[in-house]
Amino acid sequence: MSWSIEPTLPEGWELVVGLEVHVELSTATKLFCGCANRFGSEPNTNICPVCLGLPGSLPVINGTAVKYAMQLGRALLCDVKPAVMARKNYFYPDMPKDYQTTQYEQPTNSDGEVVLPDGFTVGIERAHIEEDTGKSTHIGGGGRINEAIYSLVDYNRAGVPLIEIVSRPCLDTIDHAKAYVSGLRDILLAIGVSDARMEEGSMRVDANVSVRPVGSDELRTRCELKNINSIRSMARAIEYEARRQIDLYTSGERPRQETRHWDEAAGRSTPGRSKENLDDYRFFQEPDLVPLVPTAEEIAAIDAAMPALPAARRAALVEASSADADVVATLVERGQDALALAAIGRGADADKVVTRLRHDLAVDDFSKVSAESFAALIVMETSGDLTATQAKQVLAELVDSGGDPRSIAAERGFEAMHDDELADLVDRLIADNPDEWQRFVGGHEGDRKKMQGFFIGQIMRATKGQADGRAVADLLAQRGRSPANGSPGT
Amino acid sequence: MSDRITRDEVVHVARLARLELGPDEIDAFTEQLARVLEHAADIESLDVDDVPPTSHPLPLVNVFRTDEVRASIDRREVLAQAPWAESDMFRVPPVLGEEP
Repeated sequence: MSWSIEPTLPEGWELVVGLEVHVELSTATKLFCGCANRFGSEPNTNICPVCLGLPGSLPVINGTAVKYAMQLGRALLCDVKPAVMARKNYFYPDMPKDYQTTQYEQPTNSDGEVVLPDGFTVGIERAHIEEDTGKSTHIGGGGRINEAIYSLVDYNRAGVPLIEIVSRPCLDTIDHAKAYVSGLRDILLAIGVSDARMEEGSMRVDANVSVRPVGSDELRTRCELKNINSIRSMARAIEYEARRQIDLYTSGERPRQETRHWDEAAGRSTPGRSKENLDDYRFFQEPDLVPLVPTAEEIAAIDAAMPALPAARRAALVEASSADADVVATLVERGQDALALAAIGRGADADKVVTRLRHDLAVDDFSKVSAESFAALIVMETSGDLTATQAKQVLAELVDSGGDPRSIAAERGFEAMHDDELADLVDRLIADNPDEWQRFVGGHEGDRKKMQGFFIGQIMRATKGQADGRAVADLLAQRGRSPANGSPGT
Repeated sequence: MSDRITRDEVVHVARLARLELGPDEIDAFTEQLARVLEHAADIESLDVDDVPPTSHPLPLVNVFRTDEVRASIDRREVLAQAPWAESDMFRVPPVLGEEP
């Protein structure tokens, strides 16, 4: 998880955000016909009478899409229930049928949750199956939807299976909204039902934003933000919208319920479709499709095959290591939690395991580092057989070519540097360099630092890098505090 | 005239369905739709407390298609039937700002 600064809203106001996330399922074919579900084909090449809504054509639902939907439902801890498809009627050229087939009163998945890395729980109202619409390109007016002269429509995407994941209006900060969307993406990738690429539109976010006075539990008029194409763009759009609404309230006005289009380049949103068209979809049950009734066996099989999901993986690593939530989230995101747990299980020190993974294994490919060799390396470091510097060097070689950390250490001549040996060396060096030592113990902060560097450098040269720099610094500080060495004392 | 449906409701529904109706047609459909609704209201006289809601008339559930790609149709044939095509796409009026 990337570090970020939560933008502060004007004093006394808080955010209320609900997100609708549309995810394209990575099936081979569309939801109701055998046309290819493929991104980037030539326009209007994946079309047939069913997805064009030609008279007399009949839809048959894709069994794989329904299975993926239920898998996602269980991953979101939803109830998976019998469902009925419905028609959502509207006139808009992106749907040639003049209705979108979706789920309305009886969705497949409802009442779930996603737990964020910091423990915040996002309620999921529903995650229903529906078909995607065609893609419109607006010509004229600089490509802006509300200034277009005409539009060109490509129906390759019409009928592609989607899941719409609707959160409850419970997101209270922009950081939580960001963590939720990246958490959803991690879940989708873990179960493999979508490639979840925001830049290709296979994961799209609409944000319902309202504000309220801090401490109130009312839900005020919300605006729905569309055309958000990255997590960063979502954060900007939400912040802009919250400030716009607060400005309205503070100047005695109130926002209108409306859909607004986010313009990433301009950094602002503009009003889109008006409310009256939005609210009158005249849903009715789809007469051409029969109900979807999952069996208890099917749901049990989905649960049994469910891979470990990010939230559970984070919880396991926190339990084993007591590391901070954000560090654990980073390791899980990098897929290093299994390695960490295996090494800790083999007796390696949990703190050291987490530290080495976090700082010294920030690489794309760590497949050559086995749990056994990594655990052995950490044990060598914590028992003092290797200094921190040496351990990092051995780890780098494990990443490149794998192998046994003991043999690597032996080949490089990394031998145990015992504490008393190091102390002797330090004392000899102090005796040989009395002027430098006086500047170390009596000098100003800058002098002291410079001389510490001098002594550590000398020790490193004498030991060919085997000494632990921090141990030398500790010894110098300790000797410097002793009255026998003429220091001001403690 | 029945109070099952008002003239304004008929106008609203016609507008949603993009139907342009003249004053005589609005009157005629208001009367006809009211009769349809009157007929449906007969159900209200029955005791249906023990009848589960029916979502579908067919005794069928879970009819699935295998996720296998089938040939699509030739876009030239389809686009030739469009009122207006450009760059292998359907050309349509601007979608916002138009009267519904």
